[in-house]
Amino acid sequence: MTSQPAAPLLSSSHLLGIEGLSPAEIIALLDLAQTYVVQGRSGDKKTGLLNGRTLINLFFEASTRTQSSFELAGKRLGADVLNMSVKTSSVSKGETLIDTATTLNAMRPDLLVVRHQDAGAAELLSRKVDCCVINAGDGAHEHPTQALLDALTIRRRLGRFEGLVVAICGDVLHSRVARSNLRLLSMMGARVRLVAPRTLLPAQADRFGVEIFTDMKTGLAGADIVMMLRLQLERMSGAFVPSVREYFRFYGLDRQKLAWAKPGALVMHPGPMNRGVEIASDIADDVEVSLISEQVEMGVAIRMAVLDALSRTFPREGRNT
Amino acid sequence: MMRPVAFRGCRLIDPASGLDVKGGLLVENGRIADVGPRLFNDAEPTDPEVIDARGLVLTPGLIDARVFTGEPGSEHRETLESASAAAAAGGITSMVVMPNTDPVIDEPSLVDFILRRAAGTAKVRVLPCGALTKGLKGEVMTEVGLMREAGAVAFSDADRTVSNARVLSRALAYAANFNALVLGHAEDPELTAGASATEGEFATRLGLPAAPALAEAMIVARDIALVELTGARYHFGQISTRASLQIIAAAKARGLPVTCGVSAHHLSLNELDVGAYLTFRKVRPPLRSEDDRAAMVEGVASGTIDIIVSSHEPQGADTKRQPFAAAAAGSVGLETLLPATLAPAHDGQVSLMRALDALTAAPARIFRLQGGTLAKGAPADLTLMDLDEPFQVDAEKLHSRARNTAFEGRKFQGRAKMTFVGGACVYDGR
Repeated sequence: MTSQPAAPLLSSSHLLGIEGLSPAEIIALLDLAQTYVVQGRSGDKKTGLLNGRTLINLFFEASTRTQSSFELAGKRLGADVLNMSVKTSSVSKGETLIDTATTLNAMRPDLLVVRHQDAGAAELLSRKVDCCVINAGDGAHEHPTQALLDALTIRRRLGRFEGLVVAICGDVLHSRVARSNLRLLSMMGARVRLVAPRTLLPAQADRFGVEIFTDMKTGLAGADIVMMLRLQLERMSGAFVPSVREYFRFYGLDRQKLAWAKPGALVMHPGPMNRGVEIASDIADDVEVSLISEQVEMGVAIRMAVLDALSRTFPREGRNT
Repeated sequence: MMRPVAFRGCRLIDPASGLDVKGGLLVENGRIADVGPRLFNDAEPTDPEVIDARGLVLTPGLIDARVFTGEPGSEHRETLESASAAAAAGGITSMVVMPNTDPVIDEPSLVDFILRRAAGTAKVRVLPCGALTKGLKGEVMTEVGLMREAGAVAFSDADRTVSNARVLSRALAYAANFNALVLGHAEDPELTAGASATEGEFATRLGLPAAPALAEAMIVARDIALVELTGARYHFGQISTRASLQIIAAAKARGLPVTCGVSAHHLSLNELDVGAYLTFRKVRPPLRSEDDRAAMVEGVASGTIDIIVSSHEPQGADTKRQPFAAAAAGSVGLETLLPATLAPAHDGQVSLMRALDALTAAPARIFRLQGGTLAKGAPADLTLMDLDEPFQVDAEKLHSRARNTAFEGRKFQGRAKMTFVGGACVYDGR
């Protein structure tokens, strides 16, 4: 355990979204995460910062990479990590989200990471439990640690946000990643563009201070970063776009489309990828342009930084009895 | 190399520019090389084949934006070849063919099939319309982007209304993405199910199953609301009631990207023309009241109705020689489109310029086609017509394979005499 309590870093004891964070808080989180990147690459990856603390991963939606990323982050900081995958069927058996929260709260966790298919679920939980709540994705609302890890990846490569042109492409309508990213990147001074067919663009997205394009050629022109979004399988067969082949033809990132972006433009994807749907394999695997593996590495560092920062809001004398 | 063609002494009418003047026109290499009042006045054209067109009117080739053929799937009724022969004889140089064939034209390879078949067999330009939803089922959208690249000029579920508003709204948003034109058919499917006439006194006397005329305006209003939401370019393939006309006029006044057409039969006939259960006059939507028909003429005159179409729909004796309710709807119309359009012009209800505009410049503008104009450099798609020649429709003399005309025996004034596609004569009826 560190003897000296670290200085507080966040004004809230929850991380529910990028909305609510200040630019200074984001910079502080990125700086802190940077130290964990270094630590993650060293031989001894572990500290005892969260020794004796309990982290619960509460996932109502299946997720391999986010859940394991939080699990690893918690373990590297010394916390006891409990993974709970709650099938939606048990909810239909009658237990409400609030019931689940009350049950978990009684186990006295210190940190609760929650992913849920409905927007606002993390917010609701945060009002019902005594511990810190981290939103690991709620419906199409926010996924703040993804936006933070993307920001860390971008800053390490390009050293800045101000003036960067970032094209977020694909299924914006259903994407919490897009919403968190556009909030963060706009706040930090990047010029964000949304590029998607109209059927996959949320209404009045222009109100976020972003530029909207329905065509990849104009949307990618001059972009420093091309951020591709995953298109869910069930949305490719006629409801939102007519077919995989048509989507790939007009919106899938291949060499020809990437050439429309700024020379040397970098490609990101939150994963998991649909190769041949939103991104061509040769781009995904090209280490010269693809930051996709680096994003995963930054994910662990960012989540360690978030756990660290939130732990500084723990009450000194433990929870109320 | 095609020999140049010179038209002398004709009346040139070009609705695209408002030109209406006596003069000449020269065609070279399939395009309009020169045009004007003084052309060939003094000097005889030297090399070209000269067509003495005195007393005749030369207009841009007519464009029929709503044609049903039987190819593929019902070739016994009509093929692209036989439909194109009828089109040429009717002065039509381009026809938009509807996708409700068997199979339905709902993917790029089938658009390509139509274009290849047309290139090999058709006398006039064939412009395929792709399906808006798979199998015309109104459930899932089609590959609008790929079909557009394959050559589809518009997207439509042909004679079906997409009843699911969510499906239509997504399909419109998706089409708007490619700035693609969507053609709508406005008939509420539930309200009109089983109906073969317009609700009213006449249908009641005949005892026919009928649906209220407002089944059309309801859908027109809904579709316009979705156009406003999505920004799609939308064209009602054919309207038939005054109520629809008023809604569309209001939408146009608000600047929405909405246009509409009317069929020659809804412009010319009313429900009483069904007489003693004449199945050849059973069309979709059913013929309307005289007030609605009169509204169609007013709509064309004012330009609220942009274009006039044949809604050419071949049927055989097997489908027409039936009790009225059981008979198939539809009438052939490629060869009567021009005469039926000229009728209200002869009557002074529509200006000649507007009537011809509805068959040339207006459809070219809506479908973004190169033709529809007599401008220098335009493709030499031309119709030479006699505005006054009287004739009586005789089904036996039609060029179309199917003979189910709603105009059998009707006396008209004015018809096509010669038709040129890309400078080549495809019909000579002199």
